[in-house]
Order: sequence, then structure tokens, then C-alpha cells
Amino acid sequence: MIRLEKRPQPSRLFSLATPLLAVLATMFFGGLLFAALGKEPLTSIQTIFWEPLFGEFSFFYRPQLLIKGAPLILIAIGLSLGFKAGIWNIGAEGQYIMGALFGAGVGLAFYPLEGFYIFPLMVLAGAFGGWIWAMIPALLKVKFGTNEILVSLMLVYVAEQFLASMSLGLLKNPEGFGFPGSRNLQQYESAFNGDLIAGSGMHWGVVCAMIAVIFAYVLLTRHRLGFAIRVTGEAPRAARFSGVNPTRLVVFCLGISGLLAGLAGMFEVSGPAGQVTIDFNVGYGFTAIIVAFLGRLHPIGILLAGLLMALTYIGGDIAQSQLGLPAAAIQVFQGMLLFFLLALDMFTNYRLRFGRTEVA
Amino acid sequence: MKLTTLLTGAAMALGLATTAMAQDKTKVGFVYVGPIGDGGWTHEHDKGRLAVEAEFGDKVETVYVESVAEGPDSERVMTQMALDGADLIFTTSFGYMDPTINVAKKFPNVKFEHATGYKQAENVATYSARFYEGRAIQGHIAGSMTKSNIIGYIGSYPIPEVIRGINSAFIHARKVNPDVQFKIVWAYTWFDPAKEADAAKVLIEQGADVVLQHTDSTAPQAAAQEAGNVITFGQASDMAQYAPLPRVSSIIDDWAPYYIARTKAVMDGTWTSGNTWDGIGAGMVGIGEISDAVPANIKAEALALKASLADGSYHAFTGPLKKQDGSDFLAEGEVADDGTLAGMNFYVEGIEGDIPQ
Repeated sequence: MIRLEKRPQPSRLFSLATPLLAVLATMFFGGLLFAALGKEPLTSIQTIFWEPLFGEFSFFYRPQLLIKGAPLILIAIGLSLGFKAGIWNIGAEGQYIMGALFGAGVGLAFYPLEGFYIFPLMVLAGAFGGWIWAMIPALLKVKFGTNEILVSLMLVYVAEQFLASMSLGLLKNPEGFGFPGSRNLQQYESAFNGDLIAGSGMHWGVVCAMIAVIFAYVLLTRHRLGFAIRVTGEAPRAARFSGVNPTRLVVFCLGISGLLAGLAGMFEVSGPAGQVTIDFNVGYGFTAIIVAFLGRLHPIGILLAGLLMALTYIGGDIAQSQLGLPAAAIQVFQGMLLFFLLALDMFTNYRLRFGRTEVA
Repeated sequence: MKLTTLLTGAAMALGLATTAMAQDKTKVGFVYVGPIGDGGWTHEHDKGRLAVEAEFGDKVETVYVESVAEGPDSERVMTQMALDGADLIFTTSFGYMDPTINVAKKFPNVKFEHATGYKQAENVATYSARFYEGRAIQGHIAGSMTKSNIIGYIGSYPIPEVIRGINSAFIHARKVNPDVQFKIVWAYTWFDPAKEADAAKVLIEQGADVVLQHTDSTAPQAAAQEAGNVITFGQASDMAQYAPLPRVSSIIDDWAPYYIARTKAVMDGTWTSGNTWDGIGAGMVGIGEISDAVPANIKAEALALKASLADGSYHAFTGPLKKQDGSDFLAEGEVADDGTLAGMNFYVEGIEGDIPQ
């Protein structure tokens, strides 16, 4: 007879090993899935995980990992702070859109003027756009006790409508023959967030993501605020007794996650994407939730998880094109990763017992 | 700077490799915005890809990636195809325009074909179909068959291509039925079965007994079938599984002849850039079988209209026509030029409501 028994202490070993085991389990069952589709399982797994990192064209894919991973990491770091304290910002996608719109809007307002100050202003505007969008659920929560999960999520759809309106109206490229979408910021030097070293994929968003990782690490381990976040998540009552102000914490956590999501959107629109278009957002704000949990809400973990997610996206596209795997199979593969992570996560707090149940 | 050198070196080596490889097998890549099973837009492009394979057999190799987001993801997928030795890449969504131009700059030896865009380069050609010709036939049938005189229209995005279709359908519906009204719902998506079904239901509740769609899924067809007494038209694909009712006809995008011709041009080394905008005459726009639910006289009129559009004796935008605000658009007998059509951002007289901004 097999049964689950709660561990007296959460297992440190399992907490660290779970992500690795989840990746291995995903590889194994993903391989079975690919085999069932009539593809060579080892080649498929190799194409997804090996090809982008060490394959013939890794000189191109490695920088792409940074480009794809940076927004995920940046957003996930912000989300993780709130998640640790039990404050659930599900609307990072909307904050990402607003950051992009504010940032691009400021840049386009200056067009065609060139100046060193334009890009910094866009960064500030992008951060502000994300922050203010997150302040809506924050203030509604602290003033009226609304649920931040619902409000922040609903605001994603509002932001999407706003994005469509901007692409079709105010920010539409006047030289675009009536087609939707803004001017391409890649062709506007003062506003372009290009590679800092050509071909390296290192744009300001990547730099910012790395700073955010370090900042979050220091905050959580060395700062009083980090302590407040952790203790609120683990024991809200104890937190109140130790003098944590819950209102301020809600405003801070939602604010910082909105700000970072806004920055991510701004760096994306001014760099890799280049344009405000109706379909500008591709779900980074939602994928970042997965990244945050895959990284155990730990800054270093999130860094690795973001890169891993980016790898499955890039490798997945290569597998589609080289092996003819359908996109749906790749999505199932990515879904497995989260599933196994959550399933194996149980073993951090529980262990399996074999043998007869002792009746007391 | 070392990285740059490395990159240039590799790109050059690749350029050489691609030309060398072109002698045995021509590799053709396709980038799709939706899943190949969408039953509409992407499905038809993929049929074009399969037609290329069927035509050239061992002499070609085709690859595709589906559901590629517009923006940096598409740029990466195109680069990857070029790196893997593609000789010709079809990028099949408007939003791939700037990424296509960016990647084409890096791979001067690879030919690119961008659907529905307006930016060309030495190695980037554009192509699109005159769907509005099909819309004229739809408008004719819809105007003739509606009993409530309310025709519902599911728009995707308020862009020139979609507005052109609305105008064309409206002009020809009004021609046969001066009382006809259009109700337009914007779905802000090309493919989202749930949203499209909702839009169709709203239109049917408002009294529409004809639903036209410029979105790619079959969900509006299913909604119309459920409601009963509502007719629809297949979009991009034939959607024949809903015939004879609610689907009474369809506009079919037939990319196969173009894809075969362009692939052949790359094989022969005769490929040149350009802009192709073909309609019913060239076979890029097909009209699906008009079902028996349409009375014989209306069917005959529709087929006559199709024939006149195909041989060029009639243009779907022929004056006299006024714009919605009452200003003149086309004088008696005048036809719209391609420039005006390409950037069309106004409704013709008689359509109610504003184009969303």
C-alpha cells in the first residue's frame, strides 16, 4: 500500500531537485508523444534542447535566447515579489501593453527629432505606463477590498482594446497607406533599442532584466522589505504583529510588478518588435507566471527558468520547421513542463510511504 | 566586434551554400500566422504548399512553421529557415512585413514573398488577391436572398482590405435591393472561434438573416446553422461541410498556381521582385459552388457577374459612387484605381456607422 505522508519540514533537496526532475520527465514523456506522432524521439528532443545552444547555427540562436528570455525574466521577477507575499498580479500582460504604448507614444511624439534624451524619456514613460496600470487594481484593493486577481486580469482586455485603438488611430503610421501599426522605431535612431554589441542580442531590456534579478535577490535576502514580503506570504498574522503595513505592501508589490512589466513592453516595442501593432502582445505576461513558479519564485531560479522557456520556444520552432512537428505538439510539450513541475512539487511537502498503514 | 565578424562570415558561407544547394533540391519555406487546421486562411496557404510538393516532387523540399506570432518571433523563424538553406520563403500575414524586409536584407540570395503587404525589395516580392471581386458576388446573392433586409458582417480589423470587402459587398447588395442594411461587428481577430461565434449570434439576434465574415474560422457557420434560416458564405476556404445551408457559396483563396509559378521561377533562375494582385480572372480568387438553396435565377445572375469580373468587362468599383459623407468617389463609368483600393479607409454612401479609429 502506498500513501502520502506530510513531511515535518519541507524537503530542501526536493525543492531544488523538482525543476530538474520536471525537465527530465518532460523530455521522457515528450519523447513518447513525438514517437507517437511518428518522429524520432531522440532527434526531436535534441532539436529542441541542443540545436539552439550548440547546433550549427547557435551563433544566431544564443542571442535569440536573450531576446526571448529577457521580457519573461523581467516580468517574472516583478510578479514573484507579489506572489511571495500572496498578492496575485495576473494582469502583467496588460501592464506590458501599457508600458509599450506609453514608451512608444513618447518616442513617436518626438519623431523625427534626434536627441540623446529621447530614449531615457521613453524608458521612464514605459515604466510609468506599467506602474499606473497596476495601480488601478492596487488602489481598488486597498480602498475597497476588491480582488486584485480579477481586476488585474480584466484590465488585460481593456489594455488590448486600447492597443487596437492606438494601432488604428493615434499612433498609426501616417505613411502606412491606411494600414494599422505605428512607425517602425527600428528606423528611428534616437528611439531604437538595438543590440549594444551588434549581433549579441544584448539590448537594454536584457541589461535591465539582469539588474532586476540582482535587485530582487538583494531585496529579498538583505532588505527589511524583503523580510516583510516573505513573512506576509508565510504567516500574515505574524507579519502584522511584526509591524508590516499590508496596504503599503500591496501598493509596493503591484507597483513594482507593473513597473517591470511596463519596462519589458517598452524595451520590446522599441527593439525587437519595433512597432505598435494590434497583435503586439504575444502572451509574455501570462507565460511569465509560469516562469515565476518554474523558478520557485527565486530570482536566480527565475533567470534560469526564463532562459529554459525561451529555449523551448526557439527549439520548438526549429523542430516544427526541420522535423515537421505540429505547433500543437510543442505546446503540449511546454504544458507538460508546468504539469510535471506542479505534480512533483508535492514531494517537497509530502513523501511516499510504502507498506501497511499503522493503525494507532 | 568578434561576434559581428563571425556572423557576417557565417552568413556569407551560407549564401554560398544556398546557391550550391539550389542545383539539386529547391527548398521552400512557409511561415503561417495560424494553425494549418484553421479551416480558412492558413489552411489554404498550406494547400498551396502541398500543391508545390505535388507539382515538383523530388525536386523541392517544403518546410513550414505554424502559429507564428507577428514581430520578433516571425523574424527568428524566417532567419532560421534561411539559415537552414531555404531558397524561397513565403510569409503569409500582413504583420510579417517589416520582419520580412529585415531578414531579406541579411540574406540577399534568398527570395522572399510577402502576402498582402506593400514593401518590396530586390529579393522581396509581394502578392495578394482581389478578394473584393468575390465580395461583389456575395453581396449580390446576399442582397437578393435576404428577407429581413439586414445583412450582418463580421469584420476582423478595420484595415483597407476588410473595408474594401465591406464596400464591395454593400454596393452589390444595394444594387439588387435598395432597402438592404449592413450591421458590422468588429471582432479584432483573424481567428478566434469563440469570438466569431459570439459576433454571429449578436448579428442574428439583431435580425440579420445573412452573415458575411472576414474572419477565418467556421464558427459563424455553425452559429448560423444552429439559428436556422440564416445564410452564410465560406471565407478563405470553401467550408463545404456547411453546404447547402447555411453556406450557400464561398470565396476561396487559391494560392497554388502562384506558389507553383514562383517556385518554378526560382528553379529556373528567372525570379524577379514585383507586386502581384490577382483576382477571379487569374484564378487566385475562386468562387465556391453556389448551392441549390440559391434560386436558379439568382445563381445565374451571380455566375454572369463572376464571368464579367473574370474577363475584366466589369469592375467591382464602378461609378457613379459616393463616399459615406456624401462626397464624390467615382463619376459615372469611372473605375477605382489600384492605389485608392489598396489604401481604402472610407465607407461608401449608405453604410451606417463609423470605421473604428
